[in-house]
Amino acid sequence: MKKEITFTLNKEKTIMEVDPQWTLLHLLREVLEMTGTKEGCGYGECGACTVIIDGEAVNSCLYPVMEVEGRSVMTIEGVALKDGSLDPIQQAFVDEGAVQCGFCIPGMIMSSKALLDKKDKPTEEEIKESIEGNLCRCTGYVKIVDAIKSVAGGR
Amino acid sequence: MGDLKVIGKRIPKKDAPLKTTGAAVYIQDMKVPGMLYGRILYSKYPHAKIVKIDTSKAEALPGVKVVLTGADVPNNFKFGFIKDNPPLKTGKVLSTRDEVAAVAAISPEIAEEALDLINIEYEELPGIFDPLEAMKEGAAMVHEEFKSNVLKMPWKFVAGDVEAAKKASAFIAEDTFSTQWVTHCCLGTSGCIASLDINNNLTMYSNTQIPSLAQNDFLEALKVFGFKNKRVRVIQCVIGGGFGSKLDTYAYEYIAILLALKARKPVKIVFSREDEFLATSPRQCTITKISQGCDKDGRLTFREMEMILDNGAYTSWGATTPSVMMVPISSLYKVPNIFYRAKCVYTNNTYSQAFRGYGNPQATFAIESNLDQLAEKAGIDPLEIRRINANEPGEVTPQNFKITSCGMKECIDEVVNRLDWKNKSGKHNGRGVGMASLIHVGGAARVYKSDGCGTIIKVDDNGKVDVITGSSEIGQGSETIISQIVAEVLGMSIDDINVINNDTDVCPWDVGAHASRTTFVAGNSALGAAQKIKTQIMEIAAKNLGESPEALEMKDGIIFSVKDKEKNISLGKVLRKVHYTLGGRMLVAEHFYDPPNENFDQNFKGNLSVAYAYGAHGVEVEVDKETGQVKILNYIAAHDVGKALNPMLLEGQIYGGGLMGIGYALGEKMIWDKGYLKNGTFLDYKMPTVQDAPPVQAVIVETDEQAGPFGAKGIGEPGLVPTAPAIANAIYDAVGVRIKDLPITPEKVLAALKEKEKGNP
Repeated sequence: MKKEITFTLNKEKTIMEVDPQWTLLHLLREVLEMTGTKEGCGYGECGACTVIIDGEAVNSCLYPVMEVEGRSVMTIEGVALKDGSLDPIQQAFVDEGAVQCGFCIPGMIMSSKALLDKKDKPTEEEIKESIEGNLCRCTGYVKIVDAIKSVAGGR
Repeated sequence: MGDLKVIGKRIPKKDAPLKTTGAAVYIQDMKVPGMLYGRILYSKYPHAKIVKIDTSKAEALPGVKVVLTGADVPNNFKFGFIKDNPPLKTGKVLSTRDEVAAVAAISPEIAEEALDLINIEYEELPGIFDPLEAMKEGAAMVHEEFKSNVLKMPWKFVAGDVEAAKKASAFIAEDTFSTQWVTHCCLGTSGCIASLDINNNLTMYSNTQIPSLAQNDFLEALKVFGFKNKRVRVIQCVIGGGFGSKLDTYAYEYIAILLALKARKPVKIVFSREDEFLATSPRQCTITKISQGCDKDGRLTFREMEMILDNGAYTSWGATTPSVMMVPISSLYKVPNIFYRAKCVYTNNTYSQAFRGYGNPQATFAIESNLDQLAEKAGIDPLEIRRINANEPGEVTPQNFKITSCGMKECIDEVVNRLDWKNKSGKHNGRGVGMASLIHVGGAARVYKSDGCGTIIKVDDNGKVDVITGSSEIGQGSETIISQIVAEVLGMSIDDINVINNDTDVCPWDVGAHASRTTFVAGNSALGAAQKIKTQIMEIAAKNLGESPEALEMKDGIIFSVKDKEKNISLGKVLRKVHYTLGGRMLVAEHFYDPPNENFDQNFKGNLSVAYAYGAHGVEVEVDKETGQVKILNYIAAHDVGKALNPMLLEGQIYGGGLMGIGYALGEKMIWDKGYLKNGTFLDYKMPTVQDAPPVQAVIVETDEQAGPFGAKGIGEPGLVPTAPAIANAIYDAVGVRIKDLPITPEKVLAALKEKEKGNP
């Protein structure tokens, strides 16, 4: 019943045997044990599971695993450099105090990174739109928006 | 306080890199070898007899290891504040979140499938869902054995003579206010892994806010289950949000233990989002009748409040929120005569618990809304009535709170100036301004017999410091604040400080992350331990340098003579000298800080907190008269914080609390309809998104609290306390309608506007 899929995961060619009923999130968290991508609701309502597929931020909890075939997936584990140094957007979240409990943060970073990769200097409106599907209960979003802005201005 | 190097600086959270890279391990991410997955079946009805449970099909499903029902709970074990809640119910269910069966299986999917195979025959009974109905004579009993639906808790506070004060008052305003159920919405849901060793000692992987108290609860449970003299170790994973939701122990934790005992394997239970909405305990809804009076000059003469709280079907610590409600009721502004009484009433609804503010938001909504009503009657600007009656340093309040630092007037002034109050208030042109103040415990709160926290500090051979604290990191940044305090005392970088804070086998005792107490109590504890270890280090360095300890200073890991900086020794070297010497020793210090505050006496008097936090929120709104929509144009949140140890983290608490308060004021509501939750998803429960976040200015007012670590007071909860009344008051200023029932939805505003047009008040 399992099928083979080939895709790029954090810049590495990946071949996996998957159950076609799985979501991408299931593959990431339960099979590959890449737990940086979080499950906050399982229904695409909170954005904690956001990953970037071919440049677009998507909710991996709704994304059928078979759709990944031939695509390029980036998760939070693929954002920092191999030497452990943080990507500018991650560093901005740290420096601006945008992180509290942190559960929403991987999703926030993936959503904002997808925007920043497409657009050097997004407007505040575009920044807010990029994370409007990402819920956070701790921060009131203020410092998260500040963090994204600080990178958007600095690029 | 001299020249501070680390305190007062905008230092990023120590755990932020872990959290921004996805490396932080939450309970959702934890696995232990051989682990099974537990799931809980909840009741189909809010009130019913359980006639028969058939688990045979579930047990026969391959991969299912254990199925439990209420019959499997040993020795009639119950948990909760008055032990009225069995982890799995027998005989009767009292709410739709009642746990009726549980399964442990080799995968979450199989566990879920097994729940569908459990067959339960119920006989539905009529329920009671309105606390006012439940209080009526002849009402059916939620718990028959208690003979009353009103909890036997004597919530009553009296000071002075309210009746006499009423007669002497020039103006009196009276009204009734009500608040709704709201839920914490932690992004990381509740969960645990219960693991028992061969001797039935328990390791609980948990996201509790109260590790020491939870340890005790689980020990008690093991005892009742027949396992005496066992050990319990609580290990906290990274916690995906708390806000009070993890301030008690819950059925799912006891169920995990029972499943693990039966399976002889570790069992993990993690809530789905639906479970989280259904089966965690919200902020209690309240009905408050209030009246306040003042003399002709606007000085408050009395405050009288009668409150009814829907307790739900079981009793958790949440039933004690009236004690904290007393803080604003007795002591927000100077009020000489007070009468307060609260009744917690059993219903067949969900049971309530702690939620940021612990009752204060409900009480402050009534007080501050009604204060504006009184100001209008007296013909005084709402701003002036607050200034006239504002709390001040040195005051002793009717509840015997000894007010030390108090920046209430400064906070009010910040609001007034930043909102341009004088030009914007009283226009009634669709735009308006409103304000509300707050008092909260800011120097811990002696709720339990102890309010203490322990710290152990040890220094290693390389001059690095381990700080082992009882306090919990729940996202608020305690790890960073404690590091800053220790770093400041020892003249070190916070990068050289390692905080260990998540394992009861290692960490000292603490009563938990509640009452905005962690910076204050754990901070003072860490401060004491740091000073003790510094004394030890200096004594040893002095011997080595041939100086007196008083002649030395420590900075950047070097101890040197103040007079002659060439005379120095590195901290690492001092350490190696004490370790690598015959008859050597360790460099370890411990400090237990239990603040000099008081439990309430039987009349609810006593200095509950060593210090009190103050604040004022002001808001400018625009109300659309066609749609009833309320738009926040400007929001000022001014807080007296003592000293800001880390302004960046502190602002985070204010912004986060503020938006949570705005959600409470304008949109959030759990809709429980005859015992059934109707909006248990993020789609239907309107938690604010980034698009709902208005411009908020966090204003820090520093007052330097002498009892606080480096002058600090607590700030965890205050951010959402005055939000709802500030907004309600602004709406009244804008369009002349007063919404007395939270949340303030467009429908309510519109209906009130229509009533007003008809000439009804």
